[in-house]
Amino acid sequence: MKTKEPEAKTYLGVPLYRPKVAFFEFSSCEGCQLQLVNNESTLLDFLSLVEVVNFREAMTEKSDDYTIAFVEGSITRGDEVERLKKIRKNAKILVAMGSCACFGGVNQLKNRFKNFDWVKKQVYGKHPIDSGLVRAVEDVVPVDLRIYGCPIKKEEVEKIVLHVALGKSIDIPKHPVCMECKANENICLFDLGEPCLGPITRAGCDSWCPNNRAGCWGCRGPAEDANVEYMKKIMKEKGFSEQTIMERLDCFGGFKKVK
Amino acid sequence: MIFRIFEKKELRSLFEILAAHNKIVGPVEIGRDKDKNPVYAFAEVSDFNSIKLNYTTTKLPAKRYFLPFQEDLSTFRIEAGNWQKTIDYNAKEPLIFFGLHACDINALNKLDKVLLHSVYPTPYYAAKRKNMFIIGIDCVPQSFCFCRSMGSDTALHGFDMFITDLGAKYFVEILTDTAYNFLKNIKTEEPKEKDHVLYMKTAAERNKKFTAQVETTDLAKILDMEFQADVWKQWGDKCLACGTCSNVCPTCYCYGVEETVNIDLKGARKTKSLYSCNLIDFAEVAGGHNFRPERHTRLKYRYYHKHRGFVEAFEESLCVGCGRCGQSCLAGINVPEVIASVRGGKIK
Repeated sequence: MKTKEPEAKTYLGVPLYRPKVAFFEFSSCEGCQLQLVNNESTLLDFLSLVEVVNFREAMTEKSDDYTIAFVEGSITRGDEVERLKKIRKNAKILVAMGSCACFGGVNQLKNRFKNFDWVKKQVYGKHPIDSGLVRAVEDVVPVDLRIYGCPIKKEEVEKIVLHVALGKSIDIPKHPVCMECKANENICLFDLGEPCLGPITRAGCDSWCPNNRAGCWGCRGPAEDANVEYMKKIMKEKGFSEQTIMERLDCFGGFKKVK
Repeated sequence: MIFRIFEKKELRSLFEILAAHNKIVGPVEIGRDKDKNPVYAFAEVSDFNSIKLNYTTTKLPAKRYFLPFQEDLSTFRIEAGNWQKTIDYNAKEPLIFFGLHACDINALNKLDKVLLHSVYPTPYYAAKRKNMFIIGIDCVPQSFCFCRSMGSDTALHGFDMFITDLGAKYFVEILTDTAYNFLKNIKTEEPKEKDHVLYMKTAAERNKKFTAQVETTDLAKILDMEFQADVWKQWGDKCLACGTCSNVCPTCYCYGVEETVNIDLKGARKTKSLYSCNLIDFAEVAGGHNFRPERHTRLKYRYYHKHRGFVEAFEESLCVGCGRCGQSCLAGINVPEVIASVRGGKIK
């Protein structure tokens, strides 16, 4: 496919950078990419900031000529490694998008099992597929930027893409979800007797789960300077079992490097 | 100050008269915690029955009505290479606060010193603050309340009227002509000698109920001397650096400003968000240099702002002793224990 000349979008008279972008999926539910085509009210504006050359969820054409590759999903198979390496070679900037790409996501739960054959049998029964240990994208190729969340938050991606176009710095929150949760005036989940990883999980989701009275599961991974050790102690003192605590911390794989 | 007393049922009439033309904010119950205790918050109320005048400390202060967690300082329209700026102080209408405790009124008085009476007043705060009518109400000290130590257990100014429950009647202190005129609409009486005696007896009874305390004698000096104390490190090890203490604090006003462009490129905004000195990047500057990368230094500076820096500037602490930070801190970090440990050299 021949790529179109980008139309001249300007901000305050200054022409914007309109990067060629491509979206790719590996082992995942493709929910993050679906998030991108949600929110129709801003979809056209969003798409006008970039030139999409590869996006299975939204178009049939394909091209290998792109600057930014958004990669969704974890890496579980040999052929995925090869595909990912090729994408890394083509792209100037590689973005790991969503918990699976950033940490392995829910998929990495299977890494806990020693007997892989048993796992495969449980999941696939008589239709086995070639699938090994789950890895985050950064464990296979270098990653330039991470967009956290399961799923990602459309507003955050819009902001990142807009900042790329404007040449503004991209600032992902370093503080935990608690900040957003308090600003949303929720009753603390611990006051309700529920476990929550809000105090140690990276913000940016606008405390999506606690707003709905569901404790945080840490899908965005640890906040910077997250005090995971003391958080575990607090949860234990509040009467939560080791299993409850570990289930939360292990669920998306974000805490495996800090806990 | 003018004193009056009135029958309890008159308060409903006063509420209804005020509510007919004004927006009222008061303490309401927003749920029950795991032990079935009510959880209170300030919210807009239109029905007198939903106000809980015997409320215990709300989880969050009334701060969002005068220092919102997030507010646009200015917005911009961009058309054909040109732009137009709009400034809105976001003070839409006068607000009546129906039932603020003394600590929360004192918190406003402290904020006034910084945001209203400083060299460069903050118009966004001033516009809201000057559009408030405040009815204070007495309270029952909770186990975590140390307002008495901070001199914030009674309010001498910063409200329009303050009511105290004397059992059958309310005793009211009137501070402004607005309050005086509003009260003309209900039946009040001149308090008699016996009412004064009852008021003083009620106040004395309340004072006996304080249990938590903070020793503030020479505190600013002691904090200077104990800057390198080991206890800071020990509290820092517990701190989750989540910023909750600042968010629930009625006097924390630190913030960050962010400029964002709308995705349609036709507008932009400058947004202020309250921030916390306990967050990892609070003291991060250009180039990524962080002056307070460790949790204990950030926690320490929060205490130094409240109990040392503000005292030096205004001869009073920036803490009103409401105890919200200690109540909300999952790690159990609270002012009485932190100050006691700094003074005593160890955590009890």
